[in-house]
Amino acid sequence: MYTEKVMDHFQNPRNVGEIEGASGVGTVGNAKCGDIMRIYLDIDDNQIIQDCKFKTFGCGAAVATSSMATELVKGKSIYEALEVTNKAVMEALDGLPPVKVHCSLLAEEAIHAALWDYAEKHDIKIEGLSKPKSDIHEGEETEEEEY
Amino acid sequence: MGKMIYLDNAATTRTATEVVDAMLPYFTENYGNPSSIYEIAGKSKEAITKGREQIAEVLNAKPEEIYFTAGGSEADNWALKATFEAYAKKGNHIITTKIEHHAILHTCDYLESKGAKITYLNVDENGVVKLDELEAAITPETILISIMFANNEIGTIQPIKEIGMIAKEHDILFHTDAVQAFGQVPIDVDECNIDMLSSSGHKINGPKGIGFLYIRKGVKIRSFIHGGAQERKRRAGTENVPGIVGYGVAAKRAADTMKERTAKEIELRDYMIGRVLKEIPYCRLNGDPVKRLPNNINISFRFVEGESLLIMLDMEGIAASSGSACTSGSLDPSHVLLAIGLPHEIAHGSLRMTISEETTREDLDFTLEVIKKTIDRLRSMSPLYEDFIKKQKK
Repeated sequence: MYTEKVMDHFQNPRNVGEIEGASGVGTVGNAKCGDIMRIYLDIDDNQIIQDCKFKTFGCGAAVATSSMATELVKGKSIYEALEVTNKAVMEALDGLPPVKVHCSLLAEEAIHAALWDYAEKHDIKIEGLSKPKSDIHEGEETEEEEY
Repeated sequence: MGKMIYLDNAATTRTATEVVDAMLPYFTENYGNPSSIYEIAGKSKEAITKGREQIAEVLNAKPEEIYFTAGGSEADNWALKATFEAYAKKGNHIITTKIEHHAILHTCDYLESKGAKITYLNVDENGVVKLDELEAAITPETILISIMFANNEIGTIQPIKEIGMIAKEHDILFHTDAVQAFGQVPIDVDECNIDMLSSSGHKINGPKGIGFLYIRKGVKIRSFIHGGAQERKRRAGTENVPGIVGYGVAAKRAADTMKERTAKEIELRDYMIGRVLKEIPYCRLNGDPVKRLPNNINISFRFVEGESLLIMLDMEGIAASSGSACTSGSLDPSHVLLAIGLPHEIAHGSLRMTISEETTREDLDFTLEVIKKTIDRLRSMSPLYEDFIKKQKK
């Protein structure tokens, strides 16, 4: 059901991990739907994304789209990164099954969320970027069960 | 790829060789239509009679109470829709549970649109129906109680005898979806006061495309498929003769080997459950630890998502299933796991392994190592795990 590229990015995800003291961190998605993506950006003084890492809780497509999204924004300026749409991520993966398209949207949102966090922290305004939605804290109370 | 380890026997099973052997002559040699009068038609008719007898015996039913269908879903649809029609004068209320198979739940949705009132009973944290809730739900309009014998996802076996007694005391028909239980646990329709029972051939090493509805003599439901006198005029259509032959052999085989086979499966099941719970942190067993199908293992792993887990197992040649939303094509995880009280996030991380008589301890040892490795890897990528560990450190 997945393309070879999706399988490759799922099996060998690029840029998994965290960035200590990241310039911007964005977390999107919710546990209810089974997808949470977190993207870390390291952005230099020239507003170039020097490094990008991710962590994802989700299906094969969620992992692959996160991995591809980090690859696509690395080395780009923040404005170029803003242009990395879910379509671009999907095309780079040679497509996704229709039920998994929302995963690519999540990847786009995660980048936007991380850029928003960067902009807030550095007190700048990024033209064309609006405040992303984040609802991952839904149902958090019930998570604290005993195991 | 090397050897496949098949741990999805609740989805379907390998058709047993003796089942296939028994079926084959009914494709190319004894292909006559059982309704005809010449010699080879007679052979088909005999074969159907034999298959019906073999199945009836497993249930302690009479052969004429077994009505062949195209599968378990058809049997479930028939039982519910036809009861709703036939007993409309008595009432329109049906009692079922929140953890039924979709063949029941979606049929109930449909019947609600036709004016039925449906009560969906809660289950406890192990997936067992609450009998006091059942008693309390009964009204003078209640025409049917439909409760599954054993759950397909978490393996919990319901107190069927007690439910049958309650139904009998109140003079209400009792249907049970026994698709997972038939051939796996002993079933006596008289002892349990079962009025209708659904089953499917391919879950017990029989062929696909054949099932039956047991209908106790005296239950007044009518035909579901119109067009012929087959199945005592209750289910038209030329009989699936090879399917019935195969189903009969599979049912007899399952009953004959049940004691020994399930004892072995229970031992392996509990061995695997024990090792997983002991050796992998932050996981839990879903379903009742004891009142459980012999072949069912269902475990939720926190901080990981089921589909990812399944793909990684598949890459190692292990076939299993999950209650994750991603495997069902919807956004919600399994309704069964939600009904036993699991939060969404944990329901998404469930893994169901259903073993068979062919499963070995070595298979399970290998599977466990793969699961451990995979869980470690997925957790290292999981933002939920990252948050959890950071919280622990505080």
